[in-house]
Amino acid sequence: MATSVIDRSPATHAPENTGIWSWITTVDHKRIGILYGATAFLFFLIGGLEALFMRIQLMKPDNTFVSAATFNSLFTMHGTTMIFLGVMPLSAMFFNYFIPLQIGARDVAFPRLNAFSYWVFLLGGLFINFSWLINAAPNAGWFGYANLTERTYSPGLNTDFWVLGLQILGIASMAAAINFFVTIVNLRAPGMKMLRMPMFVWMSFITQILLLLAFPVITIALVFLMMDRHFGTHFFIPEGGGDPILWQHLFWIFGHPEVYILILPAFGIVSEVLPVFSRKPLFGYTAMVFSGAFIAFLGFGVWSHHMFATGMGPFADSFFALSTMLIAVPTGVKIFNWIGTLWGGSLQMKTPLYFALGMIAMFIIGGLSGVMHSSPPADLQQTDTYFVVAHFHYVLFGGSIFGLTAGAYYWFPKMFGRMLSEKIGKLHFWLMFIGFNVTFFPMHFLGLNGMPRRVYTYPAGLNFEFWNRIQTYGSLLLGVSFLVFIYNLWQASRKPADAPADPWKGATLEWLIPSPPQEFNFADVPPVNSSMPAWDLRRAGGGQLPEPPRVSGAGIHMPRPSYWPVVAAFGVLGVIGSVLFTEAFPHWYFITLGGAAVLFYGVYRWAFEPAF
Amino acid sequence: METRSGTIRRMARYFPAICLLVLLGCAKDYPQTTLLPRGDFARLVDSLFRTTVFWATIVFVLVEGALVYAILKFRGRPDDPEPRQTHGSTALEIGWTIVPALILAIIAVPTVKTIFKTSDYATGDVVTVEVLGHQWWWEFRYPGLGVVTANELHVPVGKTVNLRMTTADVIHSFWVPQFAGKRDVMPGRHNPLWFKAEVTGVFSGQCAEFCGIQHARMGFRVISQSPEEFQAWADSQKVGSPLVNKGVVPVDSTVPADTAARAAKVGRDSLMKAGLALFNAGGCIGCHSMVGTAMAGTTALRGPNLTHVGSRTTIVAGMLENTEDNIRKWLSNPDSVKKGTLMVLPRKLTDAEIATLVAYLRAHK
Repeated sequence: MATSVIDRSPATHAPENTGIWSWITTVDHKRIGILYGATAFLFFLIGGLEALFMRIQLMKPDNTFVSAATFNSLFTMHGTTMIFLGVMPLSAMFFNYFIPLQIGARDVAFPRLNAFSYWVFLLGGLFINFSWLINAAPNAGWFGYANLTERTYSPGLNTDFWVLGLQILGIASMAAAINFFVTIVNLRAPGMKMLRMPMFVWMSFITQILLLLAFPVITIALVFLMMDRHFGTHFFIPEGGGDPILWQHLFWIFGHPEVYILILPAFGIVSEVLPVFSRKPLFGYTAMVFSGAFIAFLGFGVWSHHMFATGMGPFADSFFALSTMLIAVPTGVKIFNWIGTLWGGSLQMKTPLYFALGMIAMFIIGGLSGVMHSSPPADLQQTDTYFVVAHFHYVLFGGSIFGLTAGAYYWFPKMFGRMLSEKIGKLHFWLMFIGFNVTFFPMHFLGLNGMPRRVYTYPAGLNFEFWNRIQTYGSLLLGVSFLVFIYNLWQASRKPADAPADPWKGATLEWLIPSPPQEFNFADVPPVNSSMPAWDLRRAGGGQLPEPPRVSGAGIHMPRPSYWPVVAAFGVLGVIGSVLFTEAFPHWYFITLGGAAVLFYGVYRWAFEPAF
Repeated sequence: METRSGTIRRMARYFPAICLLVLLGCAKDYPQTTLLPRGDFARLVDSLFRTTVFWATIVFVLVEGALVYAILKFRGRPDDPEPRQTHGSTALEIGWTIVPALILAIIAVPTVKTIFKTSDYATGDVVTVEVLGHQWWWEFRYPGLGVVTANELHVPVGKTVNLRMTTADVIHSFWVPQFAGKRDVMPGRHNPLWFKAEVTGVFSGQCAEFCGIQHARMGFRVISQSPEEFQAWADSQKVGSPLVNKGVVPVDSTVPADTAARAAKVGRDSLMKAGLALFNAGGCIGCHSMVGTAMAGTTALRGPNLTHVGSRTTIVAGMLENTEDNIRKWLSNPDSVKKGTLMVLPRKLTDAEIATLVAYLRAHK
């Protein structure tokens, strides 16, 4: 076999190809991971700016900092951006970079499909944000309720950008989900049974299953809406026999699993960070796996708790109330096991642990407010108010973003061979932690005291100004915390790349290879006899692990770079984006056909290109 | 030492109650608060909410407490010996599965009971109101009383009001926090809601489902009155209502004997005539029902019935007080007051025309 001819002599210092073309044609999962991360972080900053504009507008009653129309676009794009262009692709960065490393693989199962996913994601994100430049940014909310999103009530291209943009992004997500699913099932190192996989890989695996099952539903819903808007159907138009509530069911059958798509990777990261920095194994590994799976399963049976105010009747309300409450049980199991992991440990108070602990502390609050509106009558007072805005920011910011930031600090040395500053990292943590709570905790009060969400302003008489002003100050502090983070990244980039392979005494396979890893990851895949193979080796070495050498690796067959995935991605953009032009050009479908031709040619060439 | 731990224990015991008090203490300054219910529906919701807050607070203190304790207690140094390598505990796993499930059951039982109490229309002696959401205002019709009004829901104190709700366009959500939870108004179906006001007064409400550019400006008021005041209000609103005799009222052709009264009536008649002419010619008639016009008996229009607009306390869905200046401002350029409003003037009105219309509208008490 090929392994017998691998050259394990020290690497000669041939500079790696880092030109722009090498990034465009790369199929290396690590580079694609970095592309995902950089792109998602930029979109994340855009989404953050949108939030800051909203906060400034809401700072005082009857404010005119932005117009009503702009505000509606801001909150729509903030939600859409943070979910589809921020948190999901930031998770995808970690999937890309660390699933293969943690399971001891050379790459993902389908490297070129992986590149395709990234390029489709990038084009989808640019497409949807392009709408800002022609003053047609989506403006009907991130869940785009019909019949408001129908032509009659949303003329103009705003909603089209949203519908088509999400459709493009969905293709990227589906392709990536298939890829990671197959990767995890097939490419694990010998000895890594399913119940020995790192918890991050487990939670990622469950996330891919959620993606595979949830995205087809939103795809169908978006096709229906597109048909209604452009081709005269009436799926959601009551005057034509359709029903807008169908949209809500379809959207939330996707939308609730989507919440777990956003949070489970963060759960996985925290479950990696806690054992390493507590210096003891994850408490209740099996319980953690099954609670994650149970959350995902139940996640498909709770969607209508987003719809308690729609008047579904007492039986549906009761069912969805009970299923929602039930989901708190496995979620609680996770939190208790995290605390069990810390208990009796020897906590090394490093920045990744700070963020992981912050995540647990904040997620508890989000979970408890979630239980409060699992009760439908209580939810009738809370839904569509700032109480709910507080809740989901505690879950998605306090949970996902804190968890992802923990991952960023934890894995940055592995990805770039440089350490981030601990001092600046802790400053970042405290600014973010305080800024986050000052911004979002008062939203509980405002919601309970009657402030609806998605209002571009409020009259002075309702007394909302005090907490809104405080929240705006908090959001500015949050903004500063991200500047500190960027500064930390920048100062690290100026330091020499001298991070050790294993700065944290990690438990998983990625810490056994140099930082950053070589293109082929592992010259030899280490033995896996437990869920903590690096700790096993460290113990066998008397508490020490030798610094792994960079080896030549000649003889390892790695997939060749290819630009056909990029070509195919442009084809996807052409096919779906062409629907924008149904009004403008009578022969708009030539653009569709052109896109299809590009897509098919790209896939054809890619299929017949030699893989090595 | 003894006393200190005792104090802590006592504080811990009262913590949930303290949290609720803090919340309530803040609530009284908020006209749209959910925390000071003044109707039976809102009270049912409130007691359920308090139950969940009570348990959530206990869980919060215990779990966050355990987390903080662990963080403070188990700090280590890099050169510390490896801690004991525990892998889990089946007993603990079972325990922390069952205990939360039991707490949830405590919340689930009253939840389901309350769901069944709040899902349908109220029965018995009720006032029925048809609620119709519009972009961006509220229409209220009292079929039993023959009243059609907008943005101000009058209710008799102490009597259950049944709301039968739908929309003329997109989904909205009807919400008066101090009386009841919100419920969406959906195209093509009717949703129920009910409440009984416990006190008289003016209460604030607002649309709670995003419904387009002016969702933020879709407020309304609930005016809770004594039964006598309510009846008097309904009687006066009935005159010229589209629901009564197709809005037709007998023309008052009497001539007062008294000179001053005669002059007043002549002035009034000429104002009404001039106003009516403008109301027709200015295009108002296209969207508004109004006594004395061809549209007096029509209800399926885009704008509010203006027959008694002068009797309302606010205009533009609760946005402006109903004053001469505000009506003038509104009629001068609706889009500058409420960007995107569906009220469009066929042409710009002159100052004189606006003055006539203002007087005409305000005369319709």
